[in-house]
Amino acid sequence: MAYAAGLIARTRKVEECTPLVDEKKYAKKLATLRSIVAPELKMVYIGVGEKQVKVGGEDVMYRHQMTFFNKPPFAYDVADNMEEAKLVERVKKISTWRKFYIGKWQGVEMIAVRSVTDDPAKFAACVKTVMANSDFPLILCSFNPAVLKAGLEVAAKAKPLIYAANKDNWKEVAQLAFDYKVPVTLSVPFDLDGLKSMAVTFASMGLTDLVLDPGTAPNGKLLQQTMLNFINLRRAAVEEAQRDIAYPVMVLPINAWLTTDDPVRAAYWESVLTAAFVIRGGAIMIKHSLEAHSMMPDMHLRFNIYTDPRTPVQVKPGIYKVGNPGAESPVFLTTNFALTYYTVESDIASNGIDAYIIAINTDGIGVQASVAGGQLSPTKILDSFNEAAFKWEDQKFPAMVLPGMAAKFSGELEDLFAGKAKIMVGPEDSGRIIGWMKDFWPPKN
Amino acid sequence: MAEKITLSDLNKTLTEMNVQSLEGLKIEGDVEIDLDVGAGGVGPLFAYYFGQEAAKIAMQLMNFAKAVGYPVENLLQPVAVASAIAPAPKDLAAAAAAVPAFKVASALASAKFAVGVDKTWRNPIQEVTLGATKADGGSRGHVVKLGGEKAMPFFPDAAMPHAPKITMDVFDMPIGMAKAVKMHYEDVISSPGEWAKKAVKKFGADMVTVHLISTDPLLKDTSAQDAVKTVEEVLQAVDVPICIGGSGNPNKDPIVLSKAAEVAQGERVLIASANLNMDWEKIGKACVDNGHVCLAWTQLEINSQKELNRKLMKVAGVPRESIVMDPTTAALAYGLDFAYSNMERIRLGALKGDEELTFPMSSGTTNAWGVRESWMVRSPNKDDSDWGDRMLRGPIWEILTGYSLAMAGVDIFMMMHPTAVAYLHEITQSLMGRIEAKTPDTAAWLKMGV
Repeated sequence: MAYAAGLIARTRKVEECTPLVDEKKYAKKLATLRSIVAPELKMVYIGVGEKQVKVGGEDVMYRHQMTFFNKPPFAYDVADNMEEAKLVERVKKISTWRKFYIGKWQGVEMIAVRSVTDDPAKFAACVKTVMANSDFPLILCSFNPAVLKAGLEVAAKAKPLIYAANKDNWKEVAQLAFDYKVPVTLSVPFDLDGLKSMAVTFASMGLTDLVLDPGTAPNGKLLQQTMLNFINLRRAAVEEAQRDIAYPVMVLPINAWLTTDDPVRAAYWESVLTAAFVIRGGAIMIKHSLEAHSMMPDMHLRFNIYTDPRTPVQVKPGIYKVGNPGAESPVFLTTNFALTYYTVESDIASNGIDAYIIAINTDGIGVQASVAGGQLSPTKILDSFNEAAFKWEDQKFPAMVLPGMAAKFSGELEDLFAGKAKIMVGPEDSGRIIGWMKDFWPPKN
Repeated sequence: MAEKITLSDLNKTLTEMNVQSLEGLKIEGDVEIDLDVGAGGVGPLFAYYFGQEAAKIAMQLMNFAKAVGYPVENLLQPVAVASAIAPAPKDLAAAAAAVPAFKVASALASAKFAVGVDKTWRNPIQEVTLGATKADGGSRGHVVKLGGEKAMPFFPDAAMPHAPKITMDVFDMPIGMAKAVKMHYEDVISSPGEWAKKAVKKFGADMVTVHLISTDPLLKDTSAQDAVKTVEEVLQAVDVPICIGGSGNPNKDPIVLSKAAEVAQGERVLIASANLNMDWEKIGKACVDNGHVCLAWTQLEINSQKELNRKLMKVAGVPRESIVMDPTTAALAYGLDFAYSNMERIRLGALKGDEELTFPMSSGTTNAWGVRESWMVRSPNKDDSDWGDRMLRGPIWEILTGYSLAMAGVDIFMMMHPTAVAYLHEITQSLMGRIEAKTPDTAAWLKMGV
């Protein structure tokens, strides 16, 4: 039973059931089990090796029903009419962008190469340059089969996704997908009958590594239609098990750039479109703005929505060491909410400060809410230090630094610790710990 | 021909002549070709092709046998060989079609896409009216309606009867604000009336929220008596429906908000808020006595929300049409996932029939400005990529916080930045199909020259 639950939750694998795998007589049962635990929405692999991305593979409509498994990779665009130096610069920016969040680095996963020139040789050269400067999986973008073929000649071994087969070129593109063994996007905008027809046709040719582009309208009534299409496609796949249309769906937030010449407006609207479809079923996205004011919010939103609600985002309560703390180091106090803890930790570590952090068990609630809700209290703090058996007598400056948002506990804590430790009030945001250290550490008296 | 040419004989000889071995092929003296193709589990197609190959080889073997002295010519049965290398019969052609020999389809299959609606959504969300016009004993120019949904927001199942609304924050004393926000309010920061006017006339707010934060004992400790003068000032300055907020102090808020409810009697304001850690009954009753709507605030916990709603209805006597919920907004990057799923669960629970949850929801979207990514000049983490311009980073933080929760079912947003208000309005209206605009060719991105 536990194993069965594990299979559904994808923490266990079918292959772990060795009798089914090893004994020939169970071959049929093995196949049945595989098909039962296969995700409702087909999972497509793009790229090879470490950077390979999984697209689709979802089981539920709403994240709290289990979790969303595969966050939609963001593919930022480059074009084959870019000057080489600019192209390389953009590829490097895409490949190296990063942001620390809850103990992990957030970054981009893919690059989309657009053929603006429609010239196979130029496209091939561009793909070559991109591959020489990045190991990210690619999306090769053109409706011209000759251009796609030229790109595939260069990149096929890295298993790129091709974009796209449409109503005019699908025969040639199907042949390419077969010849080069790559996943393929089917683009039939705002016509779900047509999209399904193409998906069924490709499947009948044995091509099932498919990504669907149902059209992304950046404005007007077609934007509403876009949302309805995404909802309907997801429903068909996960609630009605319509396997013949259950493929990952592509979103084109980049289309925001077709509606305005104002780069701030375009970037904002691109973020809005990204958010809409991160939440409602987008499986892979082609994006443009590399500005921090769109990448940061989009990355965080995606992270939040694809966080597994089944695993508590908590760290183990107790004392942690950052750097090499000793007798002259401060003790910073925070809660065991993972976001809070890792934020404080990274603010201390990245500024080269040696310190202790005590994570108080607030059931994973942050500082502000736990102060208001009573999960963080002076007696809880005292108990936590006692449980951790922290030796104040070893410290040259025995002092704990409270988060600014818990400042109101300082009086009561002074009484509770009765001179054993000095109670100091730190900044409201741990990003200011570095400045606080300069002004207040070591303590003056 | 008594002698048999056995396979081993042949193999031996063939090996000497660098010919590969022939397994499963037995040639006897009277030249019977006996192919054992079934045992290996090969299909008819394989057998067919293998048969052709074998037949050819057999002919070569006979030539070879003849060359080494076996009189085979007169025993050769041309008919058998001919049949072995003849074109595939019909059943074999069918088998050929089933194996992965790739062939591009000649035409697109015909298919129709169809999908149903969610039949478990039986219960509509309670409709709640905020504000009262002269006809109803108030002085507002118009009312604002929330709720009435029969489906998840922007879903195809049922249209939303009312668009999400935005109420902009006004404070009764100057407060610290992020630079990107402050620049829009510096001229009105000491005058709540002017502030409210600017929010409505310049920024297009549907409503305003007067936050009586000066009543906080840790701030100015303004008395309820004095604080409510600001409520009167705002009611006179604008004619939109209003919301009245306290300082968040659980001891003082019931006193302040009850007084405010009296002063605003008949205006059907939204009183923000009652929660389980304070005298919610006093606040609930003040709403009932003065004809207001009560905001029921809980902290990210669906069962607490049910408990509070139940108590407000059963103990304080607040009618169903006078409750709005605030299940807490944890902002983007500061726990949005909790806020999002909590609200989505509440709304789905309500639609499926949980009568303790069938109320419109409110979001304190301004919380986005508490997130460091929205206001800090640069990253405290030296290894992060550049954080860019915070004046641009802040508003989008508020937009995405609000918009995500709009998708989860929020009906009314408490907000601060005018740009965020405009974008949230635009995207929610767009998804309701209310904005006419020429949609560009959606394939044009491929060749765009940005």
